[in-house]
Amino acid sequence: MTYIAKPRLKHPTLETNKVGYTRRDYEGKISTLCAGCGHDSISAAIIQACWELDIEPHRVAKLSGIGCSSKTPDYFLGASHGFNTVHGRMPSVLTGANLANRELLYLGVSGDGDSASIGLGQFAHAMRRGVRMAYIVENNGVYGLTKGQFSATADQGSKSKKGVVNSDSPIDLVGIALQMGATYVGRGFSGNKAQLVPLIKGAITHGGAAFIDVISPCVAFNNHPGSTKSYDYVREHNESVSRIDFITPRDEIVSEYAPGEVVDVRQHDGTLLRLRSLHADYDPTNRHAAMSYMHEHAARGEVLTGLLYVDPLATDLHTAYNTSAKPLNSLDVPELCPGAAALEKINASLR
Amino acid sequence: MKRIEAVNDFVIKFANVNGSGSASANELFAKAILRMGVPVSPRNIFPSNIQGLPTWYEVRVTEKGWLGRRGGIDMMVAMNPQTWEADVAELEPGGYLFYDSTRPLPPAKFRDDINVIGMPLTEICNAVYTDARQRQLFKNIVYVGALSVLMEIEPEVIEKLFGEQYKGKEKLLSSNVQALHLGRDFAKEHLQWPIGLRVKRADNVGNKIFVDGNSAAALGCVYGGATVAAWYPITPSSSCAEAFQKYCMKMRVDPNTGQNKFAIVQAEDEIASIGMVVGAGWNGARAFTATSGPGISLMTEFIGLAYFAEIPVTIIDVQRGGPSTGMPTRTQQADILACAYASHGDTKHVLLLPEDPAECFEHAAAALDLADRLQTPVFLMTDLDIGMNQRLCAPFKWEDGKDYDRGKVMTAEELEAGKDFGRYKDVDGDGIPWRTLPGTHPTKGSYFTRGTTRDPYARYSERGPDYMYNVERLLRKFATAATMVPQPVIQLGRQQSKLGVIYYGSTSPAMKEALEVLDAQGVHIDAMRLRAFPFPESVARFIADHDKVFVVEQNRDAQMRSLLVNELEADPKKLLKVLHFDGTPITARFITRAIMDRLPSRMKSGGKVEEKMA
Repeated sequence: MTYIAKPRLKHPTLETNKVGYTRRDYEGKISTLCAGCGHDSISAAIIQACWELDIEPHRVAKLSGIGCSSKTPDYFLGASHGFNTVHGRMPSVLTGANLANRELLYLGVSGDGDSASIGLGQFAHAMRRGVRMAYIVENNGVYGLTKGQFSATADQGSKSKKGVVNSDSPIDLVGIALQMGATYVGRGFSGNKAQLVPLIKGAITHGGAAFIDVISPCVAFNNHPGSTKSYDYVREHNESVSRIDFITPRDEIVSEYAPGEVVDVRQHDGTLLRLRSLHADYDPTNRHAAMSYMHEHAARGEVLTGLLYVDPLATDLHTAYNTSAKPLNSLDVPELCPGAAALEKINASLR
Repeated sequence: MKRIEAVNDFVIKFANVNGSGSASANELFAKAILRMGVPVSPRNIFPSNIQGLPTWYEVRVTEKGWLGRRGGIDMMVAMNPQTWEADVAELEPGGYLFYDSTRPLPPAKFRDDINVIGMPLTEICNAVYTDARQRQLFKNIVYVGALSVLMEIEPEVIEKLFGEQYKGKEKLLSSNVQALHLGRDFAKEHLQWPIGLRVKRADNVGNKIFVDGNSAAALGCVYGGATVAAWYPITPSSSCAEAFQKYCMKMRVDPNTGQNKFAIVQAEDEIASIGMVVGAGWNGARAFTATSGPGISLMTEFIGLAYFAEIPVTIIDVQRGGPSTGMPTRTQQADILACAYASHGDTKHVLLLPEDPAECFEHAAAALDLADRLQTPVFLMTDLDIGMNQRLCAPFKWEDGKDYDRGKVMTAEELEAGKDFGRYKDVDGDGIPWRTLPGTHPTKGSYFTRGTTRDPYARYSERGPDYMYNVERLLRKFATAATMVPQPVIQLGRQQSKLGVIYYGSTSPAMKEALEVLDAQGVHIDAMRLRAFPFPESVARFIADHDKVFVVEQNRDAQMRSLLVNELEADPKKLLKVLHFDGTPITARFITRAIMDRLPSRMKSGGKVEEKMA
């Protein structure tokens, strides 16, 4: 992080995207997280993804819970409305916001303390409900704001900075997301931006509940030998299932991979997820296979990353609820109020 | 044998077994009397279980239209052997005991001072029906038939009700009519009729409607423009959310597209349900949840967030007996303080206090307006007694042309025109800031909502002055709320009085009756019915204008009295507690006695009202 405020001036030659914004327009306030924090890399990836997707920043609503990760929405998309809710309960607030206005894009940012402990229930239920959002967990296995306690995603046997060994089993949020019915499930690493940016782009354009668990080392409390969420550990144990390209419908589709190694997944909105399969037997559209594959690798101590599962034609809560195409928050009296005559009929039926 | 003689003025209670199908028969009985133009006030008294335990249905037949419980039972329809002794004991001397005499009981099982009417209901049903469930179900209709003879209730009225209930289901219609006449024929032939309790056609119902408060509040939410409801099942509030769903399916489906102009989520718990309401309110939709005390406990963290981040939220709290699981199926007014000050830190919330279903409708719609205008949580405080019992009340009213008050929402045009936007700035001096909705403008008006403190431009700040500005502005907003909430209703005594009484909510019908009884005894009291918190100025004035003020409420700790003392700095010695909290709805008898017991003897015999009380 830096304490020096960035100048407001923009160089006239700064590149703009198709909706006329520069990359700087997607930035937020200066981060107050520790220098080298993985979360800042994720913020940068979100900024990159939104810029590349040509999203108008104010069409995004960014919501979070409480914790280091949940502070980050202040550090990107400064022109978007943000909501720092309560610990672990971002999913319900996002669900309500989404029901009120289906036209915005919803970005839920959470942490492992947030989503794997106090918010485990809300996380699971948002996934099974199919709320359309990109739900990103910035997973460092530790409580940073309260200075170094284990979180529920810390691996059994891993060591805290103070040398305490974690005796509890870890909660794998990817496994839960898959089991609960999320229709886009991926895992990224904050140290691998090339993989993370397309993963986020795919999640934002996905038509249902999209979940990405991003391993994001905590440089202050969980980046030491014995930690399984440190930069070194993840780099050594990272096992990627695919290399992803994200292709918008407007772009010319050019394959740079040899045929046979590439899986193209076209999403509901026409975007294309081009997955270069690194594991010959990996099928990203098979939920059950993804679950067992992930478990096998976890048993070997490997951190499986990439797009692990996608149902490209997934629908969301509004489809299930048959909600009006016009956002609920824009309906007014004539559309909502049955009127005095209808009430008189109700009165008559109650006599 | 003395027997109670009363026309259109008595209390009958049905003691049944939960799950025996008696509820609809008992309701039929009450509705038939209502259709004869005689007001009734029924109450379900039921256990917290599904099947097998005792359940009661008490109907007050009341030509004068008193809708509170009277106290005492004139006739007991004792269908539950499990509660026999207590049921028999509850009868007034000279009252009537109606029972299934298929198996005769020894004389020791009865009382000498009551009139016993035995009818072999089981035997009659077993002779006619072969199916076990039919034998059980029609037993209830058979006793309604017999009672209609004993009390001279017109059978045509009951048959018409059957016709409405089983429209298009001819088989059910004819079998119910048959059961009714089985009961009538037996009663005419074998029982002495009419008895002393009789129903006589009258014209005292007028255009009133008969409805429960939960349905009424739900309908108020439909009319008030709620589009998002998130809830978690809990007695006694569940039927409110279910009624909202029912009304929306009927009235809020777009006829052209078939799409729903609403979203209802049965959440995973109360925390998620209020979270969804907070999210929807933040994003500009009118949203509500319905719950009860334990749900409020779970919601308090979010309620604090909504208060501090200033987000419109409507909460319908159908109160029940607490604390903890308390008495889940009984009534109390015991969440007053928990809601008024819900959450940690310095918080105060708006409470609306409807007296009956008509006000549940009106106040629910008003709550949605107030929440938007004040950008804060608004509680509709009903209880099981109003929420789950059908009550006779004024018809629902709505004026076409009424617009929703969306409050201070700054539009893209206003932002474009250069209007200064500071999310937490008190621009108008009323403590209510302006807000923008997400997605309003590409470059202006966005802000970060958070539960942590901030400056007037919504920038994170832990500076003392910024914090003070915010929390003091919230107090100013609360003072503004006092001018916007439904104002109290004052009813002056027939003669000038130095005695006052304050009451609210479901206590209202019993209180009105008690005031008339007291008045007839020469005790004149001025009454104020509170309809909301924060208290408007008139409440402090009312207390100041009287020497003593009784505060009548249905909880142990005099919660409303505490709120009056705390918020108005009223002299506690002036506010006399009248508390009823056994889980049953308060009665006029209880209130009258509690007040009379506290009066000096000279006043009771019509002495000077000005006399100072001890």
